[in-house]
Amino acid sequence: MGPQDGVRPTRSELFLGFFKIGLSGFGGVLPHARRLLVDDRRWLTDRQFTELLGLGQTLPGPNVLNMAVVIGARCHGWRGSVLAGLGLMAAPLVIVLTLASLYGRFAHSARLTQALAGVAAAAAGLVLATGGRLATKMERDAGSLLMVLAAFLAVFWLRLPLLGMLVVLAPVSIGLGWHSLRRELQAKQSGARP
Amino acid sequence: MTTPSLTALFLRFGLFSLMAVGGATALIPEMHRQVVDLHGWMTTADFTALFAIAQAAPGPNVIFVSLIGWKLAGIPGALVCTLGMCLPAALLAFAVGRIWDRFQHSPWRRAIERGLAPLTIGLVLGSGCLLARATSTYWQLGLVAAASAALSYCSSRNPLWWLAGAALLGGFGLLA
Repeated sequence: MGPQDGVRPTRSELFLGFFKIGLSGFGGVLPHARRLLVDDRRWLTDRQFTELLGLGQTLPGPNVLNMAVVIGARCHGWRGSVLAGLGLMAAPLVIVLTLASLYGRFAHSARLTQALAGVAAAAAGLVLATGGRLATKMERDAGSLLMVLAAFLAVFWLRLPLLGMLVVLAPVSIGLGWHSLRRELQAKQSGARP
Repeated sequence: MTTPSLTALFLRFGLFSLMAVGGATALIPEMHRQVVDLHGWMTTADFTALFAIAQAAPGPNVIFVSLIGWKLAGIPGALVCTLGMCLPAALLAFAVGRIWDRFQHSPWRRAIERGLAPLTIGLVLGSGCLLARATSTYWQLGLVAAASAALSYCSSRNPLWWLAGAALLGGFGLLA
């Protein structure tokens, strides 16, 4: 990230920027992260954001945190990573622990318990919608659909350990991905020929 | 119920960190399997209540992990689980972030991205179904889950509205 690509934040700007991202998002912070990083502060171009999002989603772990670590590193080395990561996590951690202690204190209230049961059901719906949205955007060839089904059945129905499932399915799925990419490339090449 | 030591929690969540293909949401079935089914550290009702609190608070989805840690071992547990969940992934991101651009056009990178996407989707859908089944202790709650799924799939309105609506319905005793 040089001067030609966008604005380079100072260390405190980096911390405060991610602090704000952490505070702003309900039910996932990615849309807010994009608005702040690309539109408001211009630390990243749209393209760079998409690139980093790909990295954050491909690597394991919390997506936004992965992005924060990489953006921080590009601006200020490992100190930048630490600042961006702490900025992102600090406020949400304090808030959620405060809420949880309050809940612990008032858990005997039937009204609160029922309200929270409603929130939990609605939140389960949000997760389903997230899965549905991702599935809509996915390239839908037979192999990918099979992998979606296999992962779903393994964790939901068979309740298999995730580690074992990943060790078996990840190589298969990446192999299938490789295969369909090659086939698409060949199709494009033969289509381009007169 | 024997609570795990902080070291054990750190190691367990450190492993989770590297298995979280597509983020913390994909981990929900595995966390449920371990803390509820396998070790009995909490009930399914506790698990879904913590999930609801995490969703009702601002911030990245990973704070659900902090709440599980809090339930298991108080504030130190929350910090240790959060750190365990974040540190290995952050170190990996730090290392890979330096070379990521160089592999922009590498076919392997695209194959990995494309291959992991369906697994993430299957895991997230599995999480959603597990939570929906666990939270629908009354048919009204099942209806709320279905309505919220449909509304947030079709509309780009802030999901906080659906959560607030469900909280009101529940608070007025309409969901039990």
